[in-house]
Amino acid sequence: MIEPRSEVEVAEAVASAKGPLVIQGGGTRSFSDGVAGDVLSVAGLSGLTLYEPGALTLVARAGTTMAEVEETLAAEGQRLPFEPMDHRRLLGTEGEPTIGGVVAANVSGPRRIQAGACRDSLIGVRFVDGRGTILRNGGRVMKNVTGYDLVKLMAGSHGTLGVLTEVAFKVLPVAESVGMVSVEGLPATQAVAAMSRALGSPYEVTGAAHLPSGPDGEPLTMVRVEGFAASVTHRLERLTSVLAEFGPVETDRDPERVSAAWKDLRDVATFAGRAGDVWRISVKPTEGPAVADALPEAEVVFDWGGGLIWALLPEGTDARAALNGRDGHATLVRASSHAKGLPVFHPEPPAVAALSSGLRAKFDPRGVLNPGLMG
Amino acid sequence: MDMPAPDRAVLSKRDVVIRRLQAVLPRGAVIHDPFETRAYECDALTAYRCPPLAVVLPASTDEVAALLKVCHEERVPVVPRGAGTSLAGGALPTADSVIVGLARMNEVLEVDYANRYVRVQAGRTNLSVTEAVEAEGFFFAPDPSSQLACAIGGNIAMNSGGAHCLKYGVTMNNLMGVTMVLMDGSVVEIGGPHLDAAGYDLLGLVCGSEGQLGIVTEATLRILHKPEGARPVLMGFNSSEVAGQCVSDIVRAGVLPVAIEFMDRPCIHATEAFAHAGYPDCEALLIVEVEGSEAEIDEQLGLICQIARRHDPVELRESASAEESARIWLGRKSAFGAMGQMGDYMCLDGTIPVSALPMVLRRIGEMSRKFGLQVGNVFHAGDGNMHPLIIYDANKPGDLELCEQFGAEILKLCVEAGGCLTGEHGVGIEKRDLMVHQFSPADLEIQMAVKDVFDPDWLLNPAKVFPLEASRKRRAA
Repeated sequence: MIEPRSEVEVAEAVASAKGPLVIQGGGTRSFSDGVAGDVLSVAGLSGLTLYEPGALTLVARAGTTMAEVEETLAAEGQRLPFEPMDHRRLLGTEGEPTIGGVVAANVSGPRRIQAGACRDSLIGVRFVDGRGTILRNGGRVMKNVTGYDLVKLMAGSHGTLGVLTEVAFKVLPVAESVGMVSVEGLPATQAVAAMSRALGSPYEVTGAAHLPSGPDGEPLTMVRVEGFAASVTHRLERLTSVLAEFGPVETDRDPERVSAAWKDLRDVATFAGRAGDVWRISVKPTEGPAVADALPEAEVVFDWGGGLIWALLPEGTDARAALNGRDGHATLVRASSHAKGLPVFHPEPPAVAALSSGLRAKFDPRGVLNPGLMG
Repeated sequence: MDMPAPDRAVLSKRDVVIRRLQAVLPRGAVIHDPFETRAYECDALTAYRCPPLAVVLPASTDEVAALLKVCHEERVPVVPRGAGTSLAGGALPTADSVIVGLARMNEVLEVDYANRYVRVQAGRTNLSVTEAVEAEGFFFAPDPSSQLACAIGGNIAMNSGGAHCLKYGVTMNNLMGVTMVLMDGSVVEIGGPHLDAAGYDLLGLVCGSEGQLGIVTEATLRILHKPEGARPVLMGFNSSEVAGQCVSDIVRAGVLPVAIEFMDRPCIHATEAFAHAGYPDCEALLIVEVEGSEAEIDEQLGLICQIARRHDPVELRESASAEESARIWLGRKSAFGAMGQMGDYMCLDGTIPVSALPMVLRRIGEMSRKFGLQVGNVFHAGDGNMHPLIIYDANKPGDLELCEQFGAEILKLCVEAGGCLTGEHGVGIEKRDLMVHQFSPADLEIQMAVKDVFDPDWLLNPAKVFPLEASRKRRAA
């Protein structure tokens, strides 16, 4: 394993690489498991380089652990807005997830529907391209249209365009209070209709999920609100009336219980330790139930108001067939040995794939960065 | 500011190009009479003008594809144009270029409230996107000052912001998908009514690429339900340091206002003389707006006013009525017009870290005296996006050049302070040659390599964004 301690050492390691490199942060997300090559770990590039709570700005080296980032922010009553998932439970991995890994995989949780994805909060990157050149894009200010936005391009590129060395974020205050309303017993189409109603209201819903089999075995539709205490009370009351037509509405204001429920959802805890392949499918929310229906063997969880389907499928089943021409994409997040023939990332239409491979050839002309990953 | 000399080979086959364009487009969609093309000689950066070879006004993605194929075959440069409101010269033509105007592409293609998006043709104006959905209580959040006129295609090209992006984000954060035509006439679909990309985030790359990667013809935009209500509070301070500290304290207290606007004394004076909004005579004025129900607004404004009082404001005026809210916003909204009364002006757009605000304002004041040109500052304080307005006299020889030098100094200062050249207007031609102050040669090279992928012949808006020297070889190839 190559373990550079600085950005310059990363550049040297890439420039002098004679063969493929497997780019790794904390190694907890295992997207690059199938890539053969020398592991280049950025875990040694650690520590915050800037944190200005009054400007809502945080800059960290890519190998900084999520634990450190989250603790530092929490001490100032702030957080990353996009609620990134911790993959360890679902994937059964060990180690410390890093902020660079979160960016490389554009990891975004339930709050994505309101606060945006990881890439929406990301305002700057430094990285080393496949030639070993140190590059920079964006910066530390939240409004910046100077030149092309390679910041967005790097988010979710899984180390195939460059090795991230430093990332900058816009952060937000932690909400003073959290609460949720829920409705039991809804079939998926009704649940999505209810969530659409809530998300189309002025009450700034920060989470909308449907568990076809909730904690007590019944379907459970949950809608979360965060903010000042009085505001959360007001919004939950209003949402209770909005959702009344779908059935009896329960309100939960217990912060620990509510947080635990959304953390389980974020980490897809319900599929942890169970046999099968895990797929993450992004679709138009109202088409979520039909896509799930097309996977009769699947156990599913709906997040993002129905637009994100987590599916546990028998090993080797291709979930992509269920999209059947609909807009959207499916990622094979946890693959068993029987699923090895299935691409992890959704195949792109030829015109888009041509642009993607063109970009990759520019950023990594020698093809040394995670070759084989992402098409 | 220089533009490349027009390609003689293109000028000499002008008639062929026009005939070929006419052959693939409906009658009346090709404008070539020099009298009529004059209307397209500039955008909102009026200091630079040049009539194009021709203007085409397509009505569909297919027509854009057909005309780009012609231009690609004839190797004619193409300049996309939304509504021509760019302050950075993003739509400035060259004499050998064809302007592709989106004015006829203003249809709403699909409205989906359940899934909270609207799909429109890219020539539709920003405000009319909201107009199409507001009967159901929805709106499109990005609100550039030019929203009455500016086109969605231009918003996407420049990744436009607005006064409310502290809470709602900029165009990028509200864009879900595009249909885009590449220079060779091929059509690509990127994103759609689902969230996030299957592979690379090409949508994020295209947004803000200033019409250099492709021509966006249709867009899927996120819509939101309007808040229950909104209300501003106005506060005046005797120093910009204190105002800056107040902004920082508000943000740290966990309140997220929808907008925090800042005006300095020269701007307050100009605005008062023009709009009589009743602003206090002070060094720095803040307008802070929050949203929610009446009770929620009361709670948030209560907290904000409590913070403001700790900073000894010379004025603290919470709006008590819709009329008073309108009056508080009146001055801010007429600031550009008010400054325009003082002469010609150049509007800059650098962004700085909020903590650098007092230092940057002080230095701008010093430069103003050095250059002998007046400057007023309007500022999206929550996100550090400055709008210094430099007053000059276009009829006075040398004044424009002096103003440009002054502007360049301010933008370099923004970069030095940890910020950037442009927060929401784009680089265009205006900041093109300053890019070397923000980016290393390698940083620029990788961006130009991106354009190589989308537009290998560098025919789309070629003389923008990158310093001419840096892009020379590619443009000449």
